[in-house]
Amino acid sequence: MTAVAERTALEIGAPRKRKEDQRLITGRTRWTDNIQLPGMLHLAMVRSPFAHANVTAIDTEAAKQAEGVVAVITGADIAATQGACANAWPVTTDQKTPAHLPMVVDHVACTGEIVAAIVARTAALARDAAELVDVTYEELPAVLDAKEAVDDTVLAHPDLGTNTTAVWTLDSAGQGTGGHVDDAIAEARVDGIVIERDYRQQRLIPAFMEPRSTVVDPTGEQITIWSSTQVPHILRFLIAATTGIPESKVRVIAPDVGGGFGGKLQTTPEEFITLAAARQVRKPVKYTETRSESLVSAHHGRDQYQHLTLAATKDGTVTGLKVELIANLGAYVALVGGGVPVLGAWMFNSIYKFGSYRFTTRNVLTNTPWVDAYRGAGRPEATYAIERLMDELAVAVGVDPLAIREQNWITHEEFPFTTVAGMTYDSGNYEAATARAKEIFGYDALRVEQKRRRDDLDPVQLGIGISTFTEMCGLAPSRVLGSLNYGAGGWENAAIRMLPTGKVEVITGTSPHGQGHETAWSQIVADRLGIPFEDIEVLHGDTAVSSRGLDTYGSRSLVVGGEAVVRAADKVVEKAKVVAAHLLEASEADLEFVGGRFGVKGTDKGVGIAEIATAAFTSHNWPEGVEPSIDAEATYDPVNFSFPHGTHLCAMEVDTETGATTMRKYVCVDDIGQIINPLIVEGQVHGGLVQGIAQALWEEAVFDDNGTLVTGSFVDYTLPTSADTINYESEHTTSPSTTNTLGTKGVGEAGTIASTPAVVNAVVDAVRHLGINDIRMPLSPERVWRAIRDAGSAATGDTP
Amino acid sequence: MIPVSFDYLAPTTLDEALAALAEHGEDAKVLGGGQSLLPVLRMRLNAPEVVVDLGRIEELRGIREDGDTVVIGAMTTYADVLADATVTEHIALLHKAIAEVADDQIRHRGTVGGAIVHADPAGDVGPAVLALDAEMVIAGPGGRRTVGAADFFTDLFETAVGEGEVLVEIRLPKHTGWGAHYEKFVRVSHQWSIVAVAATVRAEGGTIAEAKVALANMGATPLRAKATEVALTGQPATDVAVREAAASAADGTNPPSDLNGDADYRRHLATVLTRRAVLAAAGS
Repeated sequence: MTAVAERTALEIGAPRKRKEDQRLITGRTRWTDNIQLPGMLHLAMVRSPFAHANVTAIDTEAAKQAEGVVAVITGADIAATQGACANAWPVTTDQKTPAHLPMVVDHVACTGEIVAAIVARTAALARDAAELVDVTYEELPAVLDAKEAVDDTVLAHPDLGTNTTAVWTLDSAGQGTGGHVDDAIAEARVDGIVIERDYRQQRLIPAFMEPRSTVVDPTGEQITIWSSTQVPHILRFLIAATTGIPESKVRVIAPDVGGGFGGKLQTTPEEFITLAAARQVRKPVKYTETRSESLVSAHHGRDQYQHLTLAATKDGTVTGLKVELIANLGAYVALVGGGVPVLGAWMFNSIYKFGSYRFTTRNVLTNTPWVDAYRGAGRPEATYAIERLMDELAVAVGVDPLAIREQNWITHEEFPFTTVAGMTYDSGNYEAATARAKEIFGYDALRVEQKRRRDDLDPVQLGIGISTFTEMCGLAPSRVLGSLNYGAGGWENAAIRMLPTGKVEVITGTSPHGQGHETAWSQIVADRLGIPFEDIEVLHGDTAVSSRGLDTYGSRSLVVGGEAVVRAADKVVEKAKVVAAHLLEASEADLEFVGGRFGVKGTDKGVGIAEIATAAFTSHNWPEGVEPSIDAEATYDPVNFSFPHGTHLCAMEVDTETGATTMRKYVCVDDIGQIINPLIVEGQVHGGLVQGIAQALWEEAVFDDNGTLVTGSFVDYTLPTSADTINYESEHTTSPSTTNTLGTKGVGEAGTIASTPAVVNAVVDAVRHLGINDIRMPLSPERVWRAIRDAGSAATGDTP
Repeated sequence: MIPVSFDYLAPTTLDEALAALAEHGEDAKVLGGGQSLLPVLRMRLNAPEVVVDLGRIEELRGIREDGDTVVIGAMTTYADVLADATVTEHIALLHKAIAEVADDQIRHRGTVGGAIVHADPAGDVGPAVLALDAEMVIAGPGGRRTVGAADFFTDLFETAVGEGEVLVEIRLPKHTGWGAHYEKFVRVSHQWSIVAVAATVRAEGGTIAEAKVALANMGATPLRAKATEVALTGQPATDVAVREAAASAADGTNPPSDLNGDADYRRHLATVLTRRAVLAAAGS
């Protein structure tokens, strides 16, 4: 056993290949759409082609007569029983929240809403019959743009009386974490620098790899629901809460799930309708969306207008920041839709220390698909704004953009540091990450090349973009969520079952959908219990197996769920120690636990924890009055968020003749605390970077004047592939989190949050000498070319 | 999505295929490599009753030389063209254009003839065969006929191939010794061209003796940049001279406006990309 002990002591930090990958890559697994049940029927949806309309009649006769059709369901048929897509986070007590029925009864508020559904013997026959449903619509004027929604001329929901659902404010003066920002701005206007900018966070589509799919089996005592979801526990709870089905009668399983990026952090109309259909026909029913349906009906991300006012002294010391957002929530306030812009409130100040801050978001409804969490959720928007502004400030002062950041950031001696927004950052070292990034990047040499290209009037110009970001992960301390009116807690649960043969099952309430929890959790438990990595099985995503959990989003799984695993493992050791003392006829105080074995100090006597698990099975020789089990469970509520940070440097080439942008180099040095598995981290960083870069350069959901999604397929929604990426250079500095045992901070969203401003800063830096200070995202070649062409005539460089 | 159900025929000879098309008339669609037709069917943008798959007709595949001509069977895949030394040596422009088609998976499934008959104006094969003055051999109930590339592309997604007819082969005059370059402008790698320029040049000691230039996505069909070709003839292969000739590349074009760029931007791109393509083709 010695060899095992030596190896398992090294699991945390080892670049283990992911144990889940073999089955995922070879297809030796079960996705929701692969599930076949006896007698299973198939569902197809009839969706509204109009953005805003009243449904005046639905003729289902032809569909009912079609081959293979078992049932045709309309909203009126299931109005009372279908449940509702709930909003779990009303951000203000007077938030206006339109009712969101999974299947509309008479009012369509966005393109793609479901007005009827077909249950048929095959998916093809269901699709054919769906085309026979004749819906009569009375078209209504639609409001699509958030700015246009503000004045309430056209209402997304006429019965609501307004498009504004909530106005939410955080003011440093009001909460006692700083002064009045208007004073700082007024002062700076007299004797300082004021940077005022409007930035646009375009609408994005999460575009997870596996389209959403749901199978409902209503036979048996419990209704079993398989769904491609990030949130099986939340789904179970909200089905019970909105349909009246007892929670105990519902089992939700998220089998292997092919990506989510926040896009599957939702309880969807499709899930509720599949449930309603299965209950009606009393047979298993499957629904799998097409990619075209997914692009229009799975929730979208971002879509904010940002008006920003930064105040600084003449030498570039920031004194205040005012943030005024208009956030487009789409047609409904989604699960956490109203909260996404609010999450940005604590991040616009980022790593900088300054005296005054006010953040306001006006959340508005429009006749567009709903908007909710997308990788980063609120923090990318905030990081983009402040990192773009810091570049503008550097230009106004006339110093290097890295220098202006250094002048304003929190130094490593100042941690823990309470920010002007009211967050307490526990640890960080911005100096170290920046110094390392600069070195790998070759910052000074690239600046020299940039100057040469400018001097030579090279048609290909070079720009350098910087993003020194931080974010908040590990959602979240339940008390904080409560104070924000969030409908759930932020704890996480884990259990450890010690099997009689010495193998171990780890049950987690987090719900992986590509992250690699099975590998990382195994590494944690291997070190904690001294059990071989291979002997550990991680179970998840099934409410009958992991009965308690709050699922996976907001880079919370490791920071919160991982800590619960640690605590459950430590309880196992604690319980086993009592038994070990009994078996070894020694005092507990004389035992030491090393490499999975309790040894009596100073002797060679000992017993392995696996042997104790076997002893529990027989219980023939067990201490008096002790329950015959060393299994344990832990529920952990974090005391604080975690705050990863990093310095990202990007070099972009801009072809001034065509407007084409090409990434030349990307370096990131992230501080995410203790790393459990560097391979998984690298994957998260690279994937995250691509998604953030894609916002900067490629992706945008575009609607026509009627509210039809123009980018309704991957022909027009320019999603990058691996062929569009370069080799990103990723390294780490480590300042462990002080608020969890492992010192981890979370890495799921870092790359996405940091990279967007780095790329845009680089492109703007490449053409700034032409008189350009902004280009709207995504920076398509045409937009870049127009900015360059127009710069000659407009010295201020208005946003094209 | 799932297509509307259809009958599937897979003839093994051209005659069988023509007979099937004659029988089913406008209810039939021809399946080449399926890289365009299948998405159309799956999105239910078209619902033919019969699909006639040409994939098992051996006589429509392969590349051969016929005197001064390279003959490519319509059902030859992109991958087969890319692997063929005859193509590389004698009609290099086609090789360069096809190398830019979509991705590796599509290049192994998609066929040259399928792309030509689909006639997407943003496609990569159209401008190459147009610049190379190819001739298309079309078989129909009444026998075979040959149509030059200049007359072949008639409108958006429309060609000289009529109902009941099949494109059999593409005959490309050898351009041995000509330089070639295909300049494709996209935002992401798998995208259709925003604009692309196919150029092939016969250079004689630093002078452009002859140049052929064709444009993708600058109108309803692939287009020859005739004014530029004339202006290039006899000019030195220098940046200054080519830039001046390329300034007329967009003359007479009618490019679309869409999310990737409006017509003005495309006209501008055509001139820049033409200059780059010609200079690269001339080896400058």
